[in-house]
Amino acid sequence: MQNTHLIPIPSLCTHYQVEMSFFTGLNEYGLIEFISVEKTYCIHQDKIADVEKMIRLHQDLQLNYEGIDAVFNLLEKIDDLKSELITAQNKLKRFEDG
Amino acid sequence: MAFIDYYKILGVDKSATKSDIKKAYRKLARKHHPDLNPNDKEAELQFKKVNEANEVLSNDENRKKYDKYGENWQHGEAYDQAQKQQDQQQHYQRSSRPQDFGDGEYSDFFESMFGGGFGNRSGNTKFRGQDFNAQLQLNLKDVYTTEKRVLTVNGKNIRLTVPAGITNGQIIKIKGKGGEGRNGGPNGDLLIEFNISNNTDFKRDGSNLYKTVNLDVYKSVLGGDVILDTFDGKVKLTIKPLTQNGTQVKLKGKGFPIYKKEGQFGDLVITYNIELPKKLSDKEKELFEELAKLQ
Repeated sequence: MQNTHLIPIPSLCTHYQVEMSFFTGLNEYGLIEFISVEKTYCIHQDKIADVEKMIRLHQDLQLNYEGIDAVFNLLEKIDDLKSELITAQNKLKRFEDG
Repeated sequence: MAFIDYYKILGVDKSATKSDIKKAYRKLARKHHPDLNPNDKEAELQFKKVNEANEVLSNDENRKKYDKYGENWQHGEAYDQAQKQQDQQQHYQRSSRPQDFGDGEYSDFFESMFGGGFGNRSGNTKFRGQDFNAQLQLNLKDVYTTEKRVLTVNGKNIRLTVPAGITNGQIIKIKGKGGEGRNGGPNGDLLIEFNISNNTDFKRDGSNLYKTVNLDVYKSVLGGDVILDTFDGKVKLTIKPLTQNGTQVKLKGKGFPIYKKEGQFGDLVITYNIELPKKLSDKEKELFEELAKLQ
């Protein structure tokens, strides 16, 4: 993994105006994964969209870590079900109109 | 610009306590939050309305002002003062927007009564821009090969490579081509959903193609050749003598390209459908009767 794709947690704290403890909590609950680079905790840039969603859920809806985890799991299930539905609809087309 | 009944939006009456308002807001915010309702424009709009109602009714000073002027807000002193300060052209541009709730965070009604946003839920936090959703309609033949296309989304031309074998309903994400970030945050993504219509005789299931080939009774009994048009040219099918109705043959690698696996293809499955003659000449009938006697 290239270090250029890693974002230091302190930078995220400044950027999003969120306490370090929030990110530590997300890491402890397994919602994000800290990567240690020269004694600084970082996350991969691909996880930024998820992190932003977690911040919004926490700030807008006062969700705690368990709540955020539950929402992410359910959204993942919805995505899986949507994919299954599309696959099933595409399969069904084989049998439509003879 | 219409009056907005914030009490109605939150589903509380005018005598609601701060606690009632907070409770109603939280319930509706959980219901309509855009992160819990991905790609749902209606939920996003409702969330904005609920947020705005809460910002007015949960703040004592603003609730008082809102209650005082109510539906007569246009004649209220706050409105008059705001009007004087407003640039005429800016006002014209605002009121010419088609909806009370546009793309902004607040309605025109809110901005006219209270000025810009206050106690904004996001403050000055930098947030990634909104993801944009677009749909691209293609024919099955278009996605048999990898093609480059140029899409125009919100006036911007976006070059896109559509990989061969993409499936109906599949979504491709183009990073950074969505809405602009808030307060200097990064841009959102562009999500393109592919709607693939099939106007061919082939049925598709993943990378496999299916086709029914009609055979006359003579070819099914005696055998022979049939030439079949496929996506990459003609294929000669050798029909074995005494081929039964519903017989399936699989042509390996003659199906559809496998998504993002260059040079790999699925199979083409042929089902034979034996067609009996609908009319017989006297001579044919006679010959069939002779055949029947042999059984």
